[in-house]
Amino acid sequence: MVPLTALNPGQVGLIHQLRGGHEFVSRLAALGFTPGTPVVVTRNHGFGPLIVSVRGAQVALGRGEASRVLVYVEEAVDALSNSH
Amino acid sequence: MRYPTVIETAPARLSPVAAATITVALAGQPNVGKSTIFNALTGLNQHVGNWPGKTVEQKTGSCTYRDRRLNFVDLPGTYSLTANSMEERIARDYILHERPDGVVAVVDSAIPERSLYLLAELLQLPTPVVLVLNMMDVATQEGVQVEPQVLQAALGIPVVPMCATKNQGLQEMLDALIDLVEGKFPYNPRRPVILPAHQRVLEQLITLIADHVPAPYPADWVALKLLEGDGEMVHLMQETLPRAVWEQVHSILYQHEDAILDIAGARYAWIARMTRAAVVRPRVGPMGLTARLDRVLTHPLWGMVALLGVLACIFGLTYAIGVPLQEGLDGLIQHLVRAVHDGLHGVPHWLVDLLSDGLLGGAGMVITFLPILVIFFAALGFLEDTGYMARAAYNADRFMHALGLHGKSFMPLLLGFGCNVPAILGTRIIETQRARWLTILLAPLIPCTARMAVIAVLAPVFFGEAAAWVAWGLVAVNLGVLAVVGIVFHRLVLKGEPAMFIMELPLYHLPNARTIGLYVWQNVVAFLRKAGTVILAASVAVWLLSYFPADGDVTQSYLAWIGRALTPLGKAMGLPWPLMVALLTSFVAKENTIATLGVLYGDFATVLPTLLTPSAALGFLVVQMLFIPCVATVAAIRQETQSWRWTAISVGLMLTLSLTAGVLVYQVGALL
Repeated sequence: MVPLTALNPGQVGLIHQLRGGHEFVSRLAALGFTPGTPVVVTRNHGFGPLIVSVRGAQVALGRGEASRVLVYVEEAVDALSNSH
Repeated sequence: MRYPTVIETAPARLSPVAAATITVALAGQPNVGKSTIFNALTGLNQHVGNWPGKTVEQKTGSCTYRDRRLNFVDLPGTYSLTANSMEERIARDYILHERPDGVVAVVDSAIPERSLYLLAELLQLPTPVVLVLNMMDVATQEGVQVEPQVLQAALGIPVVPMCATKNQGLQEMLDALIDLVEGKFPYNPRRPVILPAHQRVLEQLITLIADHVPAPYPADWVALKLLEGDGEMVHLMQETLPRAVWEQVHSILYQHEDAILDIAGARYAWIARMTRAAVVRPRVGPMGLTARLDRVLTHPLWGMVALLGVLACIFGLTYAIGVPLQEGLDGLIQHLVRAVHDGLHGVPHWLVDLLSDGLLGGAGMVITFLPILVIFFAALGFLEDTGYMARAAYNADRFMHALGLHGKSFMPLLLGFGCNVPAILGTRIIETQRARWLTILLAPLIPCTARMAVIAVLAPVFFGEAAAWVAWGLVAVNLGVLAVVGIVFHRLVLKGEPAMFIMELPLYHLPNARTIGLYVWQNVVAFLRKAGTVILAASVAVWLLSYFPADGDVTQSYLAWIGRALTPLGKAMGLPWPLMVALLTSFVAKENTIATLGVLYGDFATVLPTLLTPSAALGFLVVQMLFIPCVATVAAIRQETQSWRWTAISVGLMLTLSLTAGVLVYQVGALL
């Protein structure tokens, strides 16, 4: 189980846990970040915010926010991103 | 397995509505094209104001169809109906308290799963819903197929496909709405259900609170919101429930703190069931337009290059088109001022002066900046409507982060280069008060076009050939001060967490001319309204100070008196008192500096360089750039924060910063 920030572009994580205050959990849950949901990382430069794809939508997450989303790494897929 | 339904005691109001007027609320998540639909339906027949007591924009409008008058209320765009933000509270309060005849739920057909989440919440409120599948063209572009009839059969509510930018589906939506409120549609919604594990808890809660829930809230909806941990409902029930009952409720909620995740998960499971047959999404296929564009536009290097290019285009346009137009209008105002002076005979002298110098020279001057603002608003409206603005915020986030802000503060600050007033109003898109107030505090440090105009006149007077370098240096000083103030306030002054950066990146789509046009129009009207009230009043006030008691001799006026009183301060900056007066009058409108120097010195371009040392001149320009915001900006700060204290802090900060900088530049310069 790792934070979302540990994933490389193209990697998929299954959401396990959201660590944060109630507002944080509630806002992410509404956007579809619920346990068991696959999240594809499309941008992670190693600094600055991430872009992830969840339930068909692209969502930018600040690094602090992304580090509080814990996921199980599923598999590496050849995704859209070409960064690095 | 039969899923127990959560909300059964709040049936949709389906007794046919006979009245000639129908009230409809437009609901939807952000970026689903809701305002395009609203504009297409109501055109210019709309009213823009604020929600009562709130700083959130409210749009209402109407149209006539099938002998019915339909009043539309555009609810704020929200992802859910849990009270995480003011927008969400407004949206649900409107539906619960005002009881519209129908709700139109707009979803983005290209991301049906996510955008149907709001529908899941809307179906739990007691108002019938028509579902609109908007942006069918974007869905096709991204390779997503949605079958409206199949979805309608699954949901049991009217479903209308739409492409609002091409005027497709609007009439069908109105037909569906009227059929629905006339009872002609077999309305039988399948509502989302809660996990069986939580069903008993929910029933317990309903039983506990049922007798105490105040109107107009449905008890089972309140119970569900309590279980979701909704702050507003928790507070409401804590106030309303007898103490013993509240303690029981509280202990149940305490044991199920994480229920929100299960409830949201169950809503998404419901969406998956509803869309299983209706939505086809290619697993692997040609890359959509959005993914292809984002390969460049969110790239760590090329994304920044693109952002800088976009900014360069906006400023290039402003200077190529906006500035000449502004100068033209400025000439027109000067012409009018002379015409008033020459043309009005037999009218008291003070009245002529009031009209020409007070009204035209003050408020009239501010209006000359309209062309620049129109270009700015058009550019920003365009970027917003195509979906690029969110990428700009994403790219800018790294830099904003150090200031305790995030990417969403970027757009309002960018607006500040045009005029600080819309920048302050633009902070409404920022969710938390802390980040919003910090952005409001920083916005006046962005050099607006009015200040740049003063610099454009004065820098060549003092520095001749080197003027352009001085101007760029002054902009850099302002941005540097902005960064320092941001870091200091973020780290040392404001308590609390920095704002969360959670932002959707909408799919790219072709911009809609009508949407952009109305955006520009509404902002221009708001600006003119301000120029006609606050700015006008302040212009007259300063004119009074400059005219009396010596009947027009400014050197003997109250203003000069104040300026002379500031002589010690002026000395520390190497400035004679007329320059202090010029600074003071820039409080009304920044370009007044030039007008005042003209009044006090006549041909200041030849006089000033002989009076000021280069370091005093540079100090004066620095003070001018950092001086207290103009009265229109101060009024906007007060209006948006609803706090005199924060307004005073903002003005005090700018005053301290500018004067300190002025003294420093002069004293250090004198040593060299």
